[in-house]
Amino acid sequence: MDWIVAHFAELVFFYLAAIAVVGAGCVVIFRSPINAALALLCTFLAIAGIFVLAHAELLAAVQVLVYAGGIMVLFLFAIMLVNVRALPQQPQFMRRLVPAAAVAGLLLAGLLVVAMWRVGQGPLADPATLTTAEGALVGNTQAVAWSLFMQYLLPFEVVSIVLLVAIIGAIVLGRKETAEEGA
Amino acid sequence: MLADILAVLPETALALMGMVVLILGLAKVRNHLAVAVLTLGSLLLAGVLLSHVGRAVDPGEHFMFGMFVLDRFAIYFKALLLACSFLTVLLSIDYLMRHDARPGEYLALVMLATVGMMTMASGVHLAAIYVGLELMALSTYVLAGYFRRQVKSHEAAAKYFVLGALSSGILLYGLSLLYGATGTLELQAIAGRLAQGPPSAAALAGIGLLACGFLFKVAAVPFHMWTPDVYEGAPTPITTFMSVGPKAAAFAIFLRVFDGGLAPVAESWRPLVWGAAALTMVWGNIAALTQDNVKRMLAYSSIAHAGYALVGLVAGGDAGVQSVLLYMLVYTVTNVGAFGLVILLESRGYAGQTVQDFAGLARKQPVAAFGMLLFLLSLGGIPPTAGFMGKLYVFAAAIRSGYVWLVVIAVLMSAVSLYYYLRIVLQMYLRDGEGVEPAPMVSAVWTERALWACAVAVLLIGLWPGPFAAAAAAGLGIMPLP
Repeated sequence: MDWIVAHFAELVFFYLAAIAVVGAGCVVIFRSPINAALALLCTFLAIAGIFVLAHAELLAAVQVLVYAGGIMVLFLFAIMLVNVRALPQQPQFMRRLVPAAAVAGLLLAGLLVVAMWRVGQGPLADPATLTTAEGALVGNTQAVAWSLFMQYLLPFEVVSIVLLVAIIGAIVLGRKETAEEGA
Repeated sequence: MLADILAVLPETALALMGMVVLILGLAKVRNHLAVAVLTLGSLLLAGVLLSHVGRAVDPGEHFMFGMFVLDRFAIYFKALLLACSFLTVLLSIDYLMRHDARPGEYLALVMLATVGMMTMASGVHLAAIYVGLELMALSTYVLAGYFRRQVKSHEAAAKYFVLGALSSGILLYGLSLLYGATGTLELQAIAGRLAQGPPSAAALAGIGLLACGFLFKVAAVPFHMWTPDVYEGAPTPITTFMSVGPKAAAFAIFLRVFDGGLAPVAESWRPLVWGAAALTMVWGNIAALTQDNVKRMLAYSSIAHAGYALVGLVAGGDAGVQSVLLYMLVYTVTNVGAFGLVILLESRGYAGQTVQDFAGLARKQPVAAFGMLLFLLSLGGIPPTAGFMGKLYVFAAAIRSGYVWLVVIAVLMSAVSLYYYLRIVLQMYLRDGEGVEPAPMVSAVWTERALWACAVAVLLIGLWPGPFAAAAAAGLGIMPLP
């Protein structure tokens, strides 16, 4: 019992990590896009949990809101627009890309090994920066906010205009054209 | 804090007015002219604010937590960019009415693109520079495809978007490598870090990728492939805008990052930009020789002009920076004029876009033909036009820095460029009385006003370059000294 209490965080980590890996594998294996999307959702949520374990609460919340929320809805919209029932019967064109995927996977694995080795040499960044702002110990969300709304205020505001332009652009380029316009 | 708000006041005002224009467009205000005049007024307002704020703040100070400066370099470029957008809107009014297009989103996107370009001109932090660049680029992609009925406009927007996104990716990769190598995104701190010793391999790779990204944005060879198709397909006022505004803004950050933050390692990037400048001048001019479509020809010509401006950037130092600044002004007024005349001839569809459409123009429309002659001579660099003065300053700066061979290439290629510029002159003045008719000219009062302004500017800078060169010289001081 004591062992479980002492290693509780690690146990939770491995549990979440297993869900994330199995979910990611299922995204590849499942032939029905709906099942694949739901497996992806599991992976996103598990990764959000891992962020909480790493004391990055804001990132966890963003992961749930943006990935599990926004991007997932986008996926489901795309699935809704294609003929889902017919898809599993169709031939898989991506099969011929298996060697490319294997090479990419190997490269990624190599990168991971190097990264793990480098972490073993000593921390890359000071973890205290996650929770300090102006020299005071605050929550992770507050620390990010200090940085975002102080030092990075100008890029933050400009990015908000970039998003506005993206919305305008999507509407302008996607709207139904009327007969008399833009001849 | 107040000084920070003051420093970004012109951009803030312009962004807010952009949203007002957007809402007016949504409110189905069918009076195109009123919306356009409001846009022109907003751009003027931003200019007035800029001149007041520029006098009020300390040019050496960093605002917004080290993101933003308002030195004379930034003020010069911002004034130039506002002028680019002002001329673009003037050219667009008649075009929008003629095509009965919705003005709200179009004009708002021009204004928001201007906000992005102004942020680029002031940015001294790579994050600020990058987001400004994206704001400009994203607005321009949409504007390129604004007229959805035209297939070519679609094609232009799609190509521009895909290749622009690719170049942004290259740029970001370069930025991240540079950040990894120096540990900072502030240009001043990067310069300090790079001055300490020979640059690491990661820093060099980052600088190389950064150079590729910037060369892409200024449309230099070998990253120019998108330019002719995009310039041809986009609505002509937007082509005009792309060829002057975003190009000038890209040169502003190119100068600030390379002749500023990366100046300590100039020896490592100079050969790269030297080669790109030479290639750009040679290929831009040679490819332009065979173009029959005037918009494509002017696209290759604008590639070649980016090459001349790169010569000034390679020269570096105070004189080099001054020459690029002056060149951007000269190029802007000249190119807007030349494209403006193409717009006048472009009555419907693609008429007025081939060289033959200019045949006999001098007899039918002597004033317009003379204007085109003026702009073409200026593009070719013939005195007494502005183009001559722009080239003179660039070449003088390059020779003083010892880049004689680059100047030799530039002068030779300027001579080559005269061939294709004079081809249009030949059509206008000498192909007369052979039964040929020029394309009919549309009546467009606002476009004509912009053209008059450009023509006066071309002659004024050509005959009396002193004050303009002085203004460009005042634009020095890329990095405020610590």
